[in-house]
Amino acid sequence: MIDWSGYVGLMLQGVLVTIELTLMGSALALVMAFVAGLGRLSRFFAVRALATAYIEFFRGTSIFVQLFWAYFVLPLLGVELTPLQAGVLALGLNVGAYGAEVVRGAVQSIGKEQYEACVALNLGRWQSMRHVILPQAFLLMLPTFGNNAIELLKATSIVSLISLADLTFQAQVVRAQTGNTLVPFTTILIGYFALAMLISWGVRSLERRLSRGIDGVRA
Amino acid sequence: MAEPIVRIDSISKSFGAFKVLDGLSMQVMPGEKLALIGPSGSGKTTILRILMTLERIDSGHIEVEGEQLYHMSRGQALVPADERHLTKMRQKIGMVFQLFNLFPHKCVLDNVTLAPMLTKGVPKAEAHKRAMELLDMVGMADKARAMPAQLSGGQKQRVAIARALALSPKIMLFDEVTSALDPELVEEVLNVMRRLAEETDMTMLLVTHEMGFAHDFADRVLFFDRGRIVEEGKPEDIFRNPKQERTQSFLKKIIAAGHRV
Repeated sequence: MIDWSGYVGLMLQGVLVTIELTLMGSALALVMAFVAGLGRLSRFFAVRALATAYIEFFRGTSIFVQLFWAYFVLPLLGVELTPLQAGVLALGLNVGAYGAEVVRGAVQSIGKEQYEACVALNLGRWQSMRHVILPQAFLLMLPTFGNNAIELLKATSIVSLISLADLTFQAQVVRAQTGNTLVPFTTILIGYFALAMLISWGVRSLERRLSRGIDGVRA
Repeated sequence: MAEPIVRIDSISKSFGAFKVLDGLSMQVMPGEKLALIGPSGSGKTTILRILMTLERIDSGHIEVEGEQLYHMSRGQALVPADERHLTKMRQKIGMVFQLFNLFPHKCVLDNVTLAPMLTKGVPKAEAHKRAMELLDMVGMADKARAMPAQLSGGQKQRVAIARALALSPKIMLFDEVTSALDPELVEEVLNVMRRLAEETDMTMLLVTHEMGFAHDFADRVLFFDRGRIVEEGKPEDIFRNPKQERTQSFLKKIIAAGHRV
């Protein structure tokens, strides 16, 4: 007989860890996306090269391997990370590499006439970026950022491999202790789906809020 | 005799193999209203874009208020201007575009106040006050909180004029500012420009296909063809008695196309 109160408690702890990882990973990914995405548009070759190297490396290698590196190899180089830190680092850097291309694409898709208006108004490069280009580009980035965030959420399940007690880890614990597979895995299937829906909804409402007035429908 | 506010000295500019400007020289006096007319591809818009530093020149020199636009002196030598020099020179010049180029994510008022606050450090309250005066002048004060997408083309262009004026440039460049407008909206923009010409001593350079407006508005008309000035003179001379054959055939075509002179 399964102890259901214990079961629910385990799952709730797991959800909290998964949410924590998703939020912190997304925050790091967002920062990396802007740093590397704008870095690829830099005037300076060295900055562009560095950004490109980061993007290609983290897109081109497995997130498993990146996580294992962060957790098992970095300590050999004298950098000890907790499982949570290693998880956030690997997830953030990996998804940030994809996000960087989203940032670059969105910035480049803003019409030349907006840049020319900035020159005619004598705005500096950074002022133009900050006040004119990025606010418009951000709106274009949002839908893809939503995709990236959902990808990140689902990728958090790999941290169970470095013994971090997220949703997937807890399901395995329950299965090992009770021998029941259907219940815990169905629970987390629904759990991930519900969290993904939450992200979709959040991004969509943010998109609605930010695009208000730009399309001329409402002010 | 006053010094020219703009002195263009044998500038050339090519886009690939196409030579847009070919050793062009011209001068503009302070307060002068100048109309640049000619067939498309004749280089008239390129001159405005060069003055606004949106295109670089291949050779030649430009002086604005006695200072080199694309060069600066380092010791005895003239070297290409850096971004700081260009920023300083751009303060003298403003531009209004054919397609308005308003910032779609900012309301009318913010479109006008953004540059003064950022580039001149004008405090917000003061920038607002000045913006409202300018919007009032172009008849757009009641739309200060509207978003650009809610405005008609003529309204957008009037806001764009107010936005350029907010930086108090000495020279204003108008690049076919009514070409993208529905015919019934052209007049409201031209009226604003007439008022501007009457009430300020700003130097104004105007690229236009509105020959009637050019006739009434300009002190001097330049006819361009293939990167050179073919003919120049007072509007009544250019429009009534053009001397050059190319000017005559251009004006004939324009009139045949239904533009009034």
